[in-house]
Amino acid sequence: MRLGPLIAQALEIAVALAAAPLFVGWVNQCRAWLANRSAPSMLLPYRNIRKLFHKDAVLAQNASPLFRIAPYVVFGAMVVAAAIIPSLAGRLPLVVAADAIALVGLFATARVFLSLAAMDVGTAFGTLGARREMMIGFLAEPALLMVIFVASLISATTALPAISAHLASEHLVIDPSLAFTAIAFTLVLLAENARIPVDNPATHLELTMIHEAMLLEYSARHLALMEWASALRLFNYACIGFALFVPWGIAARDIGPLGLTLAIPLLALKLAAAGAGLAVIETVSAKLRVMRAPEFLATAFLFAVLGLLVHVLLGGA
Amino acid sequence: MTHIPFNQQLLNACAALLLLLSFAMLSQRRIVSLVSLYAVQGAVLAVATLLLAWRTGEGNLYLSAFLTISLKVAFLPWLLHRLIRRLQVYWDTEPLLNISGTMLIGIVIVVFAFGLAQPITQLASTSMRNAIGIAVAVVLLAFLMMITRRKAMSQVVGFLSMENGLFFGAMSATYGMPMIIELGVALDILVAVLVLGVFFFQIREQFDSLDLHHLERLSERQ
Repeated sequence: MRLGPLIAQALEIAVALAAAPLFVGWVNQCRAWLANRSAPSMLLPYRNIRKLFHKDAVLAQNASPLFRIAPYVVFGAMVVAAAIIPSLAGRLPLVVAADAIALVGLFATARVFLSLAAMDVGTAFGTLGARREMMIGFLAEPALLMVIFVASLISATTALPAISAHLASEHLVIDPSLAFTAIAFTLVLLAENARIPVDNPATHLELTMIHEAMLLEYSARHLALMEWASALRLFNYACIGFALFVPWGIAARDIGPLGLTLAIPLLALKLAAAGAGLAVIETVSAKLRVMRAPEFLATAFLFAVLGLLVHVLLGGA
Repeated sequence: MTHIPFNQQLLNACAALLLLLSFAMLSQRRIVSLVSLYAVQGAVLAVATLLLAWRTGEGNLYLSAFLTISLKVAFLPWLLHRLIRRLQVYWDTEPLLNISGTMLIGIVIVVFAFGLAQPITQLASTSMRNAIGIAVAVVLLAFLMMITRRKAMSQVVGFLSMENGLFFGAMSATYGMPMIIELGVALDILVAVLVLGVFFFQIREQFDSLDLHHLERLSERQ
């Protein structure tokens, strides 16, 4: 086996690990600007993670081993997902190893472990958060799969690098089905990453929490891994979005130094734009009541299905 | 994928937008927004008509685009907004089915409509024949809206949206109906809305509400 692809793969994982907290910091900074507050440093998530790694972990007395291994499983799943998604290049050893459906399964695994760990200690808030997370998860997953199916139908494959290579090579056309699925994907991204219309990442009110409520019992290195994992999840979702809807600039064939050095600044540019867009969406929308979340996700599913139907009907025109 | 001319791409986008607007109307609870969505649907329809007229060079399509703009984008929404203000109805009551359920039924209806339009699509020879399925879907979704709503106002908007679907269907199957029929339909709609406007006042005077389930019992006794 040649060494080049392995180095490129390692580089892709390293970029994901390093850029994920920075991306969260960038979104927070944009949100602060839009709300006319003075922004926190973009490096704050790094400092937070470092601080948490230096602390001593405290575990609840009745915590089972599951509670302790869950952060490693969740973090591991997110790192593997980052390796599968073609964020920099298309032909890396791990990128071609699994397709988009396996990727959705990986996200589901992380979600199941997170929810089980939240229920493990048996506090009211943890259970509440886990139940809400599962409610949102089981509605978001079909919508995400439907988005992937539309892209697969267009390019006749479920492998993400092949999809993005196919979409990048096409003529630039106004494709209503891709536009609908892009909207559906954005809605799923907001719901799955605990962003504002569904959950507030900055909330301190336990009753409205979804994601944060599940992390209340964690401390120190476990909490650091969980926070890093959720930053990675946001980064991964953004990269899936890029692979499907703005596939230009991902090094499809050339994984030499030149292709990668071109891909990294382009990825940074796309991330900066996506983060700003995310901040705008979060600033202009208000948090939904939890009972409205199914309606929100039904809308996402509807958009994805409409994309599918429009493609089936108008695609052959 | 074969290369599609830019004009055709825009027409396809218009067709997809019409379908999307139908779903938006189906999910809308506020009557004011419903009327605005109807106006937007009319505008998209007018744009599609203009694009098709430009593409095929058929003169009467320009005329029907003008008719669409003046009637469905400007006059009827204005009339409906005025009625809403006079009658003070801003919200529909909770529809008979919840919104998510209606949406799912809507998806099934769209699939059904696409299947239904398949034979017509094969017979038609226009460049827009693929959009016939969307037109049928818009008609059926407007039907669904009329079925699930309680207030007379939303039912009228559903009726108007149904006519939009029919118009679009005629356009994509045969490049528009003959001018005389089109004028007749436009006049019909105009009169219908005017008469229904009078009806609203009568219904409200009788029952103190625009909820149509008061009309289900046809006896003189109160």
